[in-house]
Amino acid sequence: MQWTFQVEGSILLVRLNGELDLGVANKLRTELDSALENHDARNIIFNLANVTYIDSTGLGLMLGRYKKISRYGGKMALVAPQPQVKRILELSGLTSIINEFKDESEAMAKTK
Amino acid sequence: MKLINQCKLQFKSLAENVAFARVTVAAFASQLDYTLNELEEIKVAVSEAVTNAVVHGYENDSQHFIEITVSLTEKGMEIKVEDRGKGIEDVDRALEPAYSTDPERMGLGFVFMKSFMDDFRVESEKGQGTKVVMFKKVNSSNTETEH
Repeated sequence: MQWTFQVEGSILLVRLNGELDLGVANKLRTELDSALENHDARNIIFNLANVTYIDSTGLGLMLGRYKKISRYGGKMALVAPQPQVKRILELSGLTSIINEFKDESEAMAKTK
Repeated sequence: MKLINQCKLQFKSLAENVAFARVTVAAFASQLDYTLNELEEIKVAVSEAVTNAVVHGYENDSQHFIEITVSLTEKGMEIKVEDRGKGIEDVDRALEPAYSTDPERMGLGFVFMKSFMDDFRVESEKGQGTKVVMFKKVNSSNTETEH
């Protein structure tokens, strides 16, 4: 899996590409947490358009960051998950607490 | 049930092997007539079982081995995932939704295995390891509509 971070004001935009599982979770978690701290960001948008696989490890990573930013009033948003990823998100109940958007611009506008 | 084909995989308890295990089992499973959606479900179930073995069974100690046995029959596929790690003290409790020993995890591993497979059981003993046995019917939706 590859990822890039982009900071827009208080938002950390995370673009993920590939399969999100135990094999990458620790590295991604560490880099995400440092990016949040270094840029003083309190909102996170995960662009999932290019994520082809996710399981409970990936969900746990997102939930952990959600809990972290929620403590400071931060928001989280998900962008364009593919059907197989969306199904896992729905089954976990994560989509009932985290908003989902069609594209990045809509997510950015609603996450400020 | 007549055995059509069988494979055994043995690999080190490394996080990187979670993807190897799910992709290999799904490739083997594709010898049966599963839909793409069912193959995705098999991948998730295998990933969850192997993740549990790496994280909980062996507590991220990569010196140990995980073994998977996949048996294909005309009714479907049985997947056995075994570790000889620390075992689960209270299996019933571990099977409860949202049960987790780690705040970074959602406790959904067993929930996904149960949801995506037609049959599922866990055998474990403290200090002896854990065995997860799962079964996925083939053409289960077609069979149901025929009745």
